[in-house]
This record gives sequence, C-alpha cells and structure tokens, in this order.
Amino acid sequence: MTRGWTLYDPRLAWILVAPVLLLLIFFLLLPIAVMAVYTFFTFVTAGVETSALTLANWHEFLTDAYYHGFLIKTLRVGAVTALICGVLGYFPAYFIWATTFKHKWLLLLLLIVPFWISFTIRTFSWIHILGEQGLINVTLLKLGLIDQPMQMLYTEGAVIMGLLHFLLPYMILNVYVSLEGIDRTLIAAARSMGCTSAQAFREVTLPLSLPGLAAGLLLCFVLAAGSYVTPQLLGSGRDALFGNLIYDTIMGQLNWPMGATLSIVLFVVLGCFAALYTRYMGMSQIVKGLGG
Amino acid sequence: MPDKLTDQTSKPRPSPAGASQAVAGSAAARPGAEGGTPAVEFRDIDIAYGKFVAVRDFSLAIRRGSFVTLLGPSGCGKTTILRSIAGLVDISGGQISIGGRRVDDVPIYKRNIGLVFQSYALFPHKNVFDNVAFGLKYRNVPKADIQRKVRQALEMVRLPGSEKKLPSQLSGGQQQRIALARAIVFEPEVLLLDEPLSALDANMREEMRVEIKKIQKETGITAIFVTHDQEEALSMSDRIVVMNAGAVEQIGTPEEVYETPATAFVADFLGKANMLAGTVSAADQQTATVSLAAGQTVTVASPRALAPGAAVTVVVRPQKLAVGPAATSNRLAGRVVSTSYLGSSAIYEVDIGGRTTIRANTPISGKIAREGEAIDVGFGPADCVLLDENGSRIA
Repeated sequence: MTRGWTLYDPRLAWILVAPVLLLLIFFLLLPIAVMAVYTFFTFVTAGVETSALTLANWHEFLTDAYYHGFLIKTLRVGAVTALICGVLGYFPAYFIWATTFKHKWLLLLLLIVPFWISFTIRTFSWIHILGEQGLINVTLLKLGLIDQPMQMLYTEGAVIMGLLHFLLPYMILNVYVSLEGIDRTLIAAARSMGCTSAQAFREVTLPLSLPGLAAGLLLCFVLAAGSYVTPQLLGSGRDALFGNLIYDTIMGQLNWPMGATLSIVLFVVLGCFAALYTRYMGMSQIVKGLGG
Repeated sequence: MPDKLTDQTSKPRPSPAGASQAVAGSAAARPGAEGGTPAVEFRDIDIAYGKFVAVRDFSLAIRRGSFVTLLGPSGCGKTTILRSIAGLVDISGGQISIGGRRVDDVPIYKRNIGLVFQSYALFPHKNVFDNVAFGLKYRNVPKADIQRKVRQALEMVRLPGSEKKLPSQLSGGQQQRIALARAIVFEPEVLLLDEPLSALDANMREEMRVEIKKIQKETGITAIFVTHDQEEALSMSDRIVVMNAGAVEQIGTPEEVYETPATAFVADFLGKANMLAGTVSAADQQTATVSLAAGQTVTVASPRALAPGAAVTVVVRPQKLAVGPAATSNRLAGRVVSTSYLGSSAIYEVDIGGRTTIRANTPISGKIAREGEAIDVGFGPADCVLLDENGSRIA
C-alpha cells in the first residue's frame, strides 16, 4: 500500500516537527535531566564530586537562609522591574497605536534598533552614565550641585535601571500588539453612546489591551528574575541575583552539585510561576468576560 | 487616491450640480410642508480627506420618522456622510443639523445618535446586558430603569433572556440584533445603520431586513441606512438617495428611482437597465422615433417634442422586455447569446446587432430559447425612459 502524501498527513507533521523536537530533547530536556541527577551527587572538594547519591545539597538549600534571601530578593527585583516596565511601557505602546503619523513602522523600528547592539555593550554603557566619573556625576559636580560623586552604580537601583533598559521594548511590543488587535469601531461605538475619549479608553481600550499587558508582565518578570549579566555588571556583590549565585557556585567554588541544585530551584520556581500565572490569567479572562 | 481624484475631476458630470440641488431642494420642501423641523438636515456639505474630495455640495433634509437610504457603489461617499452625522468625520464646509440643532461643533458623545456597524462592534468583554445598557449608563439612567429598558429592547429584537451571554456565544444575526437593541435602547434622535446586513449570510440578511424595518416602524425612529445593495434599498426605504462619486444622482421613493431614473448612472446602478444609444429621427409632442445605433428603429413615449437629430439613450429595464411572440411593439430581431434559467423566469442576453447586447428577464411561457436561436425582443412605447446626451432624464 503506497499512497501519496496528503497536505495534512500526520506522518508529514511528525517529520516537520522532528528537527525541533530532537533539538529540544537533546539540548534542553536531556541537559536539564542531567542537571537534576547532579543535584544528588556528593561534593568532595572544589572541582571534585562523586556519583554517590545524597540529599545533602537539597538539605543545604532548604535549611540555609542565605539561599532563601537570594531567592526572595531575586523575585522581588523581578516583580519591581516588571511592574515599572508595565507602567512605563503602556504609554509608548498606546502612543504608537494611537498616532496618526504616517510612518508607524519607523516608530516600531526604533523599538527594535537597540537589539542591533550587543546587550552586554548596552549594559556597559550605563557605567559611563552612572559611574563616579560618569555623565551624571560629572555634570552635577561641574554645576556645583554636589560636592562628591553620588553612589549610583553598583546599587539595586542601577540593576533595575539596566533591566528596564533591556526589557522595555518587550513590554511595549506586547502591549502594542494587543492594542493593534482592538477593533477601532468599538471605540467609535462607545463614543457614539455617550463616552468621552477618556471614558472610552477605560471601558474599551484598557480592558481589551490587558492580555498584552499581562503577557508583557510575565515575560519581563521571568527575564528579569533569570538575569545574570545586568546584576553582574551594574550591581555590587550585595545586589547579586540568583543567577549570579549559581555562576559563583559553579565557577567560583567549583561546587557543581550545589550549582545544579540552585539551577533546578530557579528553573522550577520561575516555571511554576509562569504556569500558575498563565493559568490564572486565562481564568481571569473568562471571569472578566462573564462578569463584565 | 490620486487616480481617483483625476477620475472625479476629469469625468463629465452626468448631472450638473444645479440639477441635483434642485432635487435635494424639492426633498427639503417636503417636511416643511408638513410643518415639522427635519430630523436631520444637511446644507451644502463638503467633506475632504486632504486633497481628495469625498463629498461635494451635499444637501438633504430627512423627515422625522422616515427611513432614508444612501445608496451607491463603494467610494461614493455614502458612508462618509453617515459618519459625518455621527461626528466620526469632520465636515470641511456646510452645516449639519439634528432636530433643528446645529451639530457641526458638537462632539460625538453629545450628539444622541444610535449607530449600528457592519462589523456589529459589540464589546467582546461585556455581556449582552452590559452592551445594551452601555448608552443608558452614560445617560445617568437609574438602575431599575436600565433593567427594564434593556429587557424591553431585547424583547423587541426577539432575544429575551440573553442578558448573561457574551457576544462570542451568539451568531452573526443575533449579534446584529443586539447591536440594534443597543443603538435604540436610549431612544436616540437618529438611528444610523452602516451596511448592517453586509456581514450576514443571504437568508439572515432577508430576515434582518424585515426585522429592522419593523422595529423602525414600531419605534418611529428616524433611520438613515447606508448600503450598496439595491434590493435592500428598494425594499426598506421610504426614500432613496442615490449617490455617485461624492454627489447626489437622484432622491426619490423606491418606485421613482427605479421606474424613472434621473441619470444614466441611476438607471445602470439600480437593476442594470439596458441603455440603447440612438438619435431622434422624428418626433412630436407625445412620441419620438429613435434610430438606434444597433440599426433598428423604435418609437417611444416622450414627455415633450424632441429635436430631430438629438442624441438620446433609451433606457429599458430587463423586466419590461417581452421575448418571442409576446414582443408586439418595438420588435428588435436578435440572436440569443446566453440563457439563464431561474425557475419562474429566465434571463436572456440577446445580440441585436451593432455589437449591442440586450438583457431581458421574462416569465417563462412555453419553450425556453437556447443559445444561438433567433429571437425577437420588444417593449411598449411607455416602458422606457429617455436620457439626453448628458445622461440626464428628459422631462
């Protein structure tokens, strides 16, 4: 029985999906599985571990407040960054959507332009702005507004600033896409029934753009909480996030089993958060629709 | 848009501005005769988008409680006019009054108009009750009254008990009913319907046509309906405004615009009339004999004596043409090019020579003529309209 391929042949679907599936299995799932196994290995001394299975790493993580502090701080910085991104990002997204400017694509292009420069270089640039000999301090000193340079770099504020710089385009694009999906006749309809522009925004535009805002918040939170480069470059040792802790454990202390444990912790925490959030947001969409 | 612009300026106007104004003027006189202020009045409206003039010199008075249709092809300016009443489009000249009150500078949310869109435009995140109650809420109607009015409106559109449903749970026809309920529930001064039936399938369209008309009669609301569908216009309207390229071609009752088209455009747009070009060869006070470009000669009723040699167009509706033995007067010999069998009637395309094809739509009696058969078509002397060389009806 040799039969021709049809367009929606399930075999064809599997073949088309296979390359990606194999990549995911061998380069994502398998390494994670190996990491998970590593968390049960025994740490002997820097760079040396044995495959004798132990719960010591998990015990250490669960009982040592040092790790909990880092985890909570990481989640807090992620949440603060995401919220500020949401507030700051909504306005430019709304502006790009609402403008009658003919070349809207140019505005969208401007959002993407920063991605043409390496993320690391963009982060380094903040050192020249916030540093002791940086733009702000030098200007303020020259103007005589301050006597000695302010400590701006290597603070949590600098880290959040760097993360905002990195994440704002993601937020703006997410909100913009959901705004773009709104049928503008809905706004005309609301206006014709007695809404001012501001009331029409509250009744129609804002609620219908919330899914984009919610998606943006999740994306920014996960990316911020999982960041490594920004706190490494702009934060002091105290401002390190969980990612830096993992790096230090593996590369500094050469404690691979503990590093693996911390990696799996961050992976599971952020994964659970994303899953719960998506589920909750999905539910709330329906509730919002039913409750009006 | 530039080609559209040149198209508009270079094309000779079939009806001079004076003629369309005269028609509009006589329409404006009507409500005056009944002593009331018109529900909506346009005076010399111009609307331009940049350099493109969408509407020129548009004047119209709409009587209270009447159902007026703006009919024309896409791009003729009908939707622009409708949106200008709502305040969604700014006019660049003239004035618009609703109920005698000038509204040129009144913002959209204070105009008290009901709008129904082609795309329904129901709020997808609000249920039916909140959708219908929307306009009432912004008019500070007490809660108890909102409940009652929404219920009444839903009963009127025959969807009682659907308050808790979301628009996405309703069919297209049901959504449009809700949109209609939402637009009339706060008793606006005018109901504007922007191609409300175009997104519906054919069966639903017919049903909604009847429904809208019925609700409009029951509520006595003034309705302005925009469509490009001549059947909708003819079946629903008290008066039809036929528009083309931003200007009025004719204003009249459905019978008037169909039976006595004022211009070649109206004749062609409503019902695809046959346009037979020719010259007057002999004429008296009541009749004219016209030599058709196709070669034959016909004698037709004429409202006045025409000058021999004048170029005219004889306009005949496909339904007015008799075929075969039934063709008694003005017989034109021809050959069937194609036959479309429609059950109760048939449409024949008949080649009558001189590269002229004539279209006849006749009830079937006896044998159906097939392609290639020789056949006669004919029409009564009074079953046609005469247009002059500018395409305007000779009156």
